Amino acid sequence: MADPVGTQGNGLFDRLMRIDRRIIFVFIGVALIFPLFFDISQKIPVSPEVVMTNDAFNAAPDGGLVLFSFDYDPPSAPELQPMAVAALKVAMRKHMRIVIIGLWPQGPQQANMALASVRADPRFADAKLTYGVDYVNLGFQAGNEAVIQKMGSDIPTTFPRDYAGTPVEQIPIMKGIKNLGNFDFMVNISAGYPGTREWVQFGADRFGLIMVSGSTAVQTTEMFPYVGKQLKGIMGGMRGAAEFEQISGNPGKALKFMVGQSVAHVIVIAFIVIGNVAYFATRKRKAGA
Amino acid sequence: MWMDHSGWVTLGTWVAALLTLGIMSFLYRDNPIYKFCEALFVGISAGYWFVSYFWQTLLPRLGDPLGAALTSLFGGPAVPWDIWFILIPGILGVMLLLRLIPSIGWISRWPLAFIVGYTAGLRLITFLQSNAMTQLQNSVQPVVRFSESGTFLGWDSFNVLLVTVGTFAGLFYFFFSKEHKGAFGHVSRIGTWFIMVTFGAAFGYTVMGRMSLLIGRIDFLFANWLGLVH
Repeated sequence: MADPVGTQGNGLFDRLMRIDRRIIFVFIGVALIFPLFFDISQKIPVSPEVVMTNDAFNAAPDGGLVLFSFDYDPPSAPELQPMAVAALKVAMRKHMRIVIIGLWPQGPQQANMALASVRADPRFADAKLTYGVDYVNLGFQAGNEAVIQKMGSDIPTTFPRDYAGTPVEQIPIMKGIKNLGNFDFMVNISAGYPGTREWVQFGADRFGLIMVSGSTAVQTTEMFPYVGKQLKGIMGGMRGAAEFEQISGNPGKALKFMVGQSVAHVIVIAFIVIGNVAYFATRKRKAGA
Repeated sequence: MWMDHSGWVTLGTWVAALLTLGIMSFLYRDNPIYKFCEALFVGISAGYWFVSYFWQTLLPRLGDPLGAALTSLFGGPAVPWDIWFILIPGILGVMLLLRLIPSIGWISRWPLAFIVGYTAGLRLITFLQSNAMTQLQNSVQPVVRFSESGTFLGWDSFNVLLVTVGTFAGLFYFFFSKEHKGAFGHVSRIGTWFIMVTFGAAFGYTVMGRMSLLIGRIDFLFANWLGLVH
């Protein structure tokens, strides 16, 4: 049986074809760890989709009612938590009243962690945020898209109690909130199903929600077709989070991590180029032999 | 109490850090420590989800209303009559669990049929509206675009043209009733290129996503655990 290309021989290209994957891991690890120790920043051009997200926020009325749906869990937090924190800061700067829910069981906990991050920011130290008046966390509700569908007609029966177990009729911010039509704006932070697709289909298209999305990088390309009429903007992955932090004036972890991200991408591209050059060089030699 | 709150946080951070390193050890090669961490993760995830659904869904949505309804039968506070409707999903849920008993497992097909029917009905219309009609509406745009002041928008026009060509060429590629030859084959080939670019973009985003997750773990190790970076 003929040997696969490049598996034998000691030439440079042959050795490159047999490069141990662990060497690549070391390169990536160093690329991601090294920038953490230095105060390096990177200027990031803001994509049109994130500009649209920021414009949609600006167009929302000051003091209006905003719905945040935290549809993710800790594994996706490195990408999504920074954009959740930045979006909450923007909403609070606009003195919007915030209603938080989760279609994922761990979403409401991620929301509490994001709120804690906002409170830890010295710029928000003087913000008098009262639970139940300025914001509320209604917790998780099982049912996926059926929850959104029901929220379109009746929110108090969909979420009869908040995260801490307080009946919604005893929560001041919930007074007058009947259904999704009462919200001026909606932010969905999504890691998959149920998430942005379901909120577009059931919330935006059916009940007219004006919404933006923060999405994991993996599913962002699938959400792009909705941007425009159905989705007023999207933040895709860590880069989207960094762009939003930059354009909204709330620098955070995403901007800090983008340096490592960029260096790691350069290394991945370099290895792809090296692998292809080595492959074609050894194949050409084999063909000529 | 033998350990205060900060002590528990420290202990939790150490456990999380050691488990992270255990999982990362797979990068070198498969090993028993990795297997242990993996099994622990799967078990704890399943347990967490069960407890979460029990306390956040099963108890408040079924247990509490049913308890109140039953109490009212024995002299407790009156409840609205429609609370008894909760019995329907409750019974369907029990029927679904009968799948665990092979001799009467067939009963679980009834609630399953209900779930399939409900989901299909719910999603059919929304998919047609959101993914077909509205997408079609969004795709049909004037190819030559001008600003409000009448200036020709070259880049915008090019973008719309690109979307139009990509949409048609992509549709041609998925038209299998005619052999992809001649002019049809050429357009179909262009569609292939658009699809490949889409896959490339998706792959690029996936790489970024995976890097982000790794950055998150590295940040946890160096900032939260070791305290070397802030």
